[in-house]
Amino acid sequence: MGITPLQLFLQQLTNGLTLGSIYALIALGYTMIYGVIQLINFAHGEVFMVGAYLACSLLIVVSAAIPGLPWVVTLLLCGLGAMAACGLLGIAIERAAYRPIRQAPRLNALITAIGLSFLLQNVIMLIYGATDLQVPSPVPMVRWNVGGITVTVMQLVIWTSGAGLMLGLHVLVMSTRLGKAMRATAQDLTACALLGIPVGRIIATTFAIGSALAAMGGMLFAFHYGTINFHDGYLVGLKAFTAAVLGGIGNIPGAMVGGLVLGLLEGLGAGYLSAQWKNVFAFAILVVLLLCKPTGLLGERVADRA
Amino acid sequence: MQPAVLNRRILKWSLGAAAALLLPLINPNPYHLDVLTTALLYGLLALGLNLIVGLTGVLHLGYAAFFAIGAYTYGLLSIRLGCPFWLGWIPSAAVAGLFGVALGVPALRVRGDYLAIVTLGFGEIVRITLTNLDRFTGGPNGLVGIAHPVLWTPRGAMDFGVASMPYYYLVCVATALAAGLSVRLSRSRIGRAWIAIREDELAASCAGVPVLELKLAAQGCGGAIAGVAGAIFAAKQGAITPDSFDFILSVMVLAMVVLGGLGSIRGAVIGALLLGSLPELLRGFEQYRMLIFGLSMIIVMRLRPQGLFGGFQRGSRNAAA
Repeated sequence: MGITPLQLFLQQLTNGLTLGSIYALIALGYTMIYGVIQLINFAHGEVFMVGAYLACSLLIVVSAAIPGLPWVVTLLLCGLGAMAACGLLGIAIERAAYRPIRQAPRLNALITAIGLSFLLQNVIMLIYGATDLQVPSPVPMVRWNVGGITVTVMQLVIWTSGAGLMLGLHVLVMSTRLGKAMRATAQDLTACALLGIPVGRIIATTFAIGSALAAMGGMLFAFHYGTINFHDGYLVGLKAFTAAVLGGIGNIPGAMVGGLVLGLLEGLGAGYLSAQWKNVFAFAILVVLLLCKPTGLLGERVADRA
Repeated sequence: MQPAVLNRRILKWSLGAAAALLLPLINPNPYHLDVLTTALLYGLLALGLNLIVGLTGVLHLGYAAFFAIGAYTYGLLSIRLGCPFWLGWIPSAAVAGLFGVALGVPALRVRGDYLAIVTLGFGEIVRITLTNLDRFTGGPNGLVGIAHPVLWTPRGAMDFGVASMPYYYLVCVATALAAGLSVRLSRSRIGRAWIAIREDELAASCAGVPVLELKLAAQGCGGAIAGVAGAIFAAKQGAITPDSFDFILSVMVLAMVVLGGLGSIRGAVIGALLLGSLPELLRGFEQYRMLIFGLSMIIVMRLRPQGLFGGFQRGSRNAAA
């Protein structure tokens, strides 16, 4: 049976949406951290990678310790464990690496981030080895055929968890005291400190939330593709960063939209143009967008700090 | 200039030159020379990037692209036209410099962090284009069979081949020339204008400095130096693949400039020598070397935020580059 053009389009859309949900989860960390302290945390991609490895280890531990657990519970345990661990990692990174140099020139933070990337990559490589880690997916390998389009259970898991986390984050940022403090800190850090908002704790919390979301992205990525390597943080991180800029860096709904748009563009680009050029496609769109509309899709103001 | 100062400077340069010239004779270990050659080639790149990031304050995250363009220009000229190295490095410099200016025209309209991202995108686009344009660039396998430099001596032609020593001297000369050029440039009218732009772009433009033109000039000069480095790299390796010019290389060169101290010329060279040879010096620790490498970058930034040789007092407002 041949595939009609509409089916092909919808299939690429499905794949793009899956990838886009993962990008969006990671992009949120970039954008939240940038929003609060105007720092491009280039080590964020490595946090994603660490999260993926932690989730895989947890999966092995959990399925060995409590056999016969429903897969949803296993998945939940892995996800929560990886998120908690990476949240702590995020706090540790902020405390140990970024906080001492907050007053220094911003390029220093960039170099520190690069150092952190090397550090995290090599710690993981020393623990797990340099080869690809094969991940046995806990999710049943069921494929549904919906009008000629293949949808897997894993894709459903990615969409629901992505949407759920983004909704949760939206509620947290828009309607809690903590969220209000975060938004205020993003607007004016000094004024917040003067008003008695514990900015140090707010920044640490932002790192924790962003890193936890990246860990979730890592777990979904590893279980979806069935393999993870200590190098993977770099390219996925770069793509997620692109997504954050696409949506307007510092803007939380922007990161969600940017992630989905980039995922869709990549899915469609890989399907219709050529898989080889999909990365050029992504970056070219980014460059053109920045030149024509430098604030990103949903951004408000340019980061014009010379 | 005071004669005493001049004399001391001549003494310093000649001592440095003598040390560089004698080193291969004292320690002719080809492996050590090779490591040093690579580190010096990084030094050449760091000097070029120092003009863009260090002096002008334009944060560039795609510098490896200029290196790649230089390498591919000489590689293609050598393979297709049989162009010798001594001619080939000139178009390499010119093409890479032109790319720098051409990229600058649209990119310099955006500022701050967005400029960093545009340059990063440019670097990735160049690398992926080189990978995918199979017909011209050999795709992922790259270019093979690039001619090594041949020196015409009274005793006949001397092919550099795969020996270490000639390349060491070649890179030494190129780095010294680039360092000399950087020193002259940074003290010239143009160099002072670059520093003015870095310190306060608005004030510079109000004082009549043609900001855009000078930023383009910095990109052109920096690009041309990377182009020369690329030509030397291609001639030394004999074969190049797009993988040699990835984002990590751009980042490493930037780390060298920042580690040495933004705007400091000897800082750029010493930063490159340190970071370029550190992974090899740590080879005894094999597994842990990249870990130590990353850790040392974090520690230096924490203990000496202005870099090893950063002399300028820079306020954090202007430090974003």
